[in-house]
Amino acid sequence: MKQTRAVEVGTGLFVLLGFGALFFLITQTTGLNQEIGTKGYKITARFENVGDLKIRAPVTISGVTIGRVTDISFDADRLNAIVKMTIAPQYDQLPDDSEAAILTAGLIGGQYIGLTPGGSDTHLENGSEVEFTQSAVVLENLIGKFLSGVGSK
Amino acid sequence: MKDLLTDAVQTLRIFLQGLGQLGLFFVNLLIYSPRTLIKRPQLIIRQVYNSGAMSMTIILTCGLFVGMVLGLQGFDTLQRFGAEEALGTFAALSLVKELGPVLTALLFAGRAGTALASEIGLMRATDQLAAMEMMAVDPIRRVVIPRFLGGVISMPLLTAIFNMVAIFGAFLVGVAFMGVDEGAFWSQMYANVAVADINQGIIKSVVFGIVVSLLAVFEGYNSVPTAEGVGRATTRTVVISAIVVLILDYMLTAALIG
Repeated sequence: MKQTRAVEVGTGLFVLLGFGALFFLITQTTGLNQEIGTKGYKITARFENVGDLKIRAPVTISGVTIGRVTDISFDADRLNAIVKMTIAPQYDQLPDDSEAAILTAGLIGGQYIGLTPGGSDTHLENGSEVEFTQSAVVLENLIGKFLSGVGSK
Repeated sequence: MKDLLTDAVQTLRIFLQGLGQLGLFFVNLLIYSPRTLIKRPQLIIRQVYNSGAMSMTIILTCGLFVGMVLGLQGFDTLQRFGAEEALGTFAALSLVKELGPVLTALLFAGRAGTALASEIGLMRATDQLAAMEMMAVDPIRRVVIPRFLGGVISMPLLTAIFNMVAIFGAFLVGVAFMGVDEGAFWSQMYANVAVADINQGIIKSVVFGIVVSLLAVFEGYNSVPTAEGVGRATTRTVVISAIVVLILDYMLTAALIG
């Protein structure tokens, strides 16, 4: 009987530790801020070129992540890319003349959308479109411009 | 020439027969498993202890050192690109998605799989299984299924423990010894590891748990009832488990990544 009890305690300890480890992995190694981007209002923006932007890329303002990119598609009528974003509901006071730019985090980091607030009194709301946008910087174009600039001198 | 052909056909026939036996054995286990799970949980707890709790020492030690070597190698490689801050991401992703489930499965086959195979094999060799049948006790339900389920339950938990300890090992080497920034280590990990990555690891560990436990009890149950036969069954458990786990790992990765 005593031995059975030791077995049960040992097993309990093992199972507890196992689930504890599972809990650690799920909560401590994955981003807890992943709920940003699941709830909130949706806005869109049109870009000439989205570069390497991916779905789930962060949308930031002043460097703070306030939302995520939820969809990237190409509009065949107006011949540019439409990026849909979800912004967390607590940030519902963004001026509607804010500017959206596709930026790169670090040299080899991923691309994200940076919003620069404008000065308008009306706010962005569900379904509104950011009118002022700045496309991603494509490194090849930049090098091409630089080289042709050097060549013409 | 004709001899060679007959030999080849013979080998193929034996292989197919073994595969068929394994399949039927697995179906048999699946049919009776739910009933054992409800009616005899005590037996399964005992086997979770034998397979899981008793494997803790090897899992903790190996996990720690695998994590530490990942920290060392990862740091050495990443600093060439000036990206040593990505060490947390590197260690967590390679552990959670790949090394954790695979290494745990291999260690599990070596520690718990061999124990299961030799235990059941010895029961066969000493006619304990036959004695049970004489008493109208089904050895599949009384002996094999609790051991199988114990292994299946233990594997994912052992994998999670392995991953946690290994991430701690990588943290130890990277942050404490090599001087990677602690905040960067964790925040890069938060930003780049998704719940989907963890799930991929869990799916793998469950599949590997089923495969290794099944092979162990199957080899033990069908071992030749001699000392040599039990030894051979034990060896086959480890060898076949390792091969199947590594092949399945590629297939699962290809399926889950796409």
